[in-house]
Amino acid sequence: MALTATGSDTPTRTGRRLSVGPSLALLPFLVFVGIFLIIPTVTVIVQGFLENGRFSLSNIETLFTGTVMRALWKSVVLSASTALIGAVIGAIASYLVVSGNPDGLLRRGAVSLSGVLAQFGGVTLAFAWITTVGLGGMLQRALEAAFGYDVFGGSGWLYDMPGLILVYSYFQIPLMVIVFLPALNGLRPQWREAATNLGASTWQFWKEVGIPVLTPPFLASALLLFANAFAAYATAAILVSQGQIILPLMIRAALTSEVVLGQQNLAFALALEMVVVVAVVMWVYNWYLKRAARWLQ
Amino acid sequence: MTGSPSVGFRVFRAVFLLACVAFFALPLVAMLDFSTKIPATGERTFADWQALVTNDSLRESIIVSVELAVLTVAGMVLLLVPTMIWVRLRVPRATRLVEFLCLLPLTIPALVIVVGIKNVMAWVNYYIGDTPLALTFPYIILVLPFSYRAIDSALSAIDVKTLSEAARSLGAGWPTVFVRIVLPNIVGGVLGAATITVALVLGEFTFGSLLNYQTMPVEIAAIYKVQARAAVAAALASIILIAVLLMLLSYVSRDRRTREGRATA
Repeated sequence: MALTATGSDTPTRTGRRLSVGPSLALLPFLVFVGIFLIIPTVTVIVQGFLENGRFSLSNIETLFTGTVMRALWKSVVLSASTALIGAVIGAIASYLVVSGNPDGLLRRGAVSLSGVLAQFGGVTLAFAWITTVGLGGMLQRALEAAFGYDVFGGSGWLYDMPGLILVYSYFQIPLMVIVFLPALNGLRPQWREAATNLGASTWQFWKEVGIPVLTPPFLASALLLFANAFAAYATAAILVSQGQIILPLMIRAALTSEVVLGQQNLAFALALEMVVVVAVVMWVYNWYLKRAARWLQ
Repeated sequence: MTGSPSVGFRVFRAVFLLACVAFFALPLVAMLDFSTKIPATGERTFADWQALVTNDSLRESIIVSVELAVLTVAGMVLLLVPTMIWVRLRVPRATRLVEFLCLLPLTIPALVIVVGIKNVMAWVNYYIGDTPLALTFPYIILVLPFSYRAIDSALSAIDVKTLSEAARSLGAGWPTVFVRIVLPNIVGGVLGAATITVALVLGEFTFGSLLNYQTMPVEIAAIYKVQARAAVAAALASIILIAVLLMLLSYVSRDRRTREGRATA
């Protein structure tokens, strides 16, 4: 290795020693990432296949039992529905924001605000919605005063799937604005002018040019939103303090339960399932993004 | 996008965007309302906001989170900045590897790291004692992707190689090149990385709660059961602080972008 590096493109002052020497300076970084990121991840993957220190598929088999499959299914439903809601509303909002002055105050404000709101989660977000639509919440009281009865029919729904979908949308929509807005810059005004000059109506422009060009970045962004919701934990953990309706909450139960022996292994298997799903989605996202980028140089 | 949009479009735009504003603003207003109102009488009070300093466990947890934020920023800068400069200067073939590792935490959920990190944390606790500040190490991992992006864009804007060669040919040693030549030129990017790091650490819940450390968000969640108003006040205060930090960040990075834009134009 040292020998081949001497003839490399960069002129080196001190010769072959350099090819290994400079790389050593990366060791602190590599060791740190190795210990605190790679080892935990590998632990999850390896332990998922172990039982009492031996190779076993029993944990993996547990993943295909009714309770785990139901939690996985609900996680998928939650992630897919909030990805869809976030993607559609976020895309429309992005378009409306840039259709004003592209460099105007509206756009700059929307981008900054989205940056803040997309990071919003966990304790604060859960409290925010509990105090809004929960029992005695501001909106709940206002609507009850206006219509004379509790429009929401109690607050049980807030601590279950419908509540999670509502609350997750709060950070999914801004995330969509952040990732989708740059794609709208790829839709050149000249194309619209050219289409109009050739006699196309607004509808025709969108059907023949706008939507086909924006579909790849739209789908890619939706995938990112899916992964984002699938991996989210804090908000759901606060909102649903008991119960394990979705995969992350099932991991919490397995991790914190000290009653049932072997639950720790289940936590590894569930975490493995989560990392596989997210990794596959992110891989497709990156692949798709590269394809989409061809159009939007 | 061409000419002036039709009236119908403008009305739709206004209505839609106002609905969005209402959707995002309402929960925040509701928190303020809840944290300042005594439900029985409807009176307004800021007594529960004082819990931020008067409630011992809450105050301690705030201090822990602030300490964690400072330590994580320091660790992140020490680990990432020299590595990234060095990669650009001397080991460009490692660029892809370092980038891949820095962005990896986006693909591996924090929850998964928590599940697998038990043995590593036991080892950390063995060396530095059982303190919540041990969270600094996993937090540095969590902020890597965001910090990497901020610093990378700052480094891309300057010619690190020419700067360092000029300095070296004038007799500067590597420490001088790093601290006095390159660092002052990427200070905006490093500040950006520090800001997002502070924002993320102050709001982090997954690690804190599952590894049983009393950080601010964990404590807020805990006191909600006994002092709901104080908890909501603290949550609102923390999100306001985080929002201010992130807004600051977006202005800092926009200034940099526009400056760079002009420089290349």
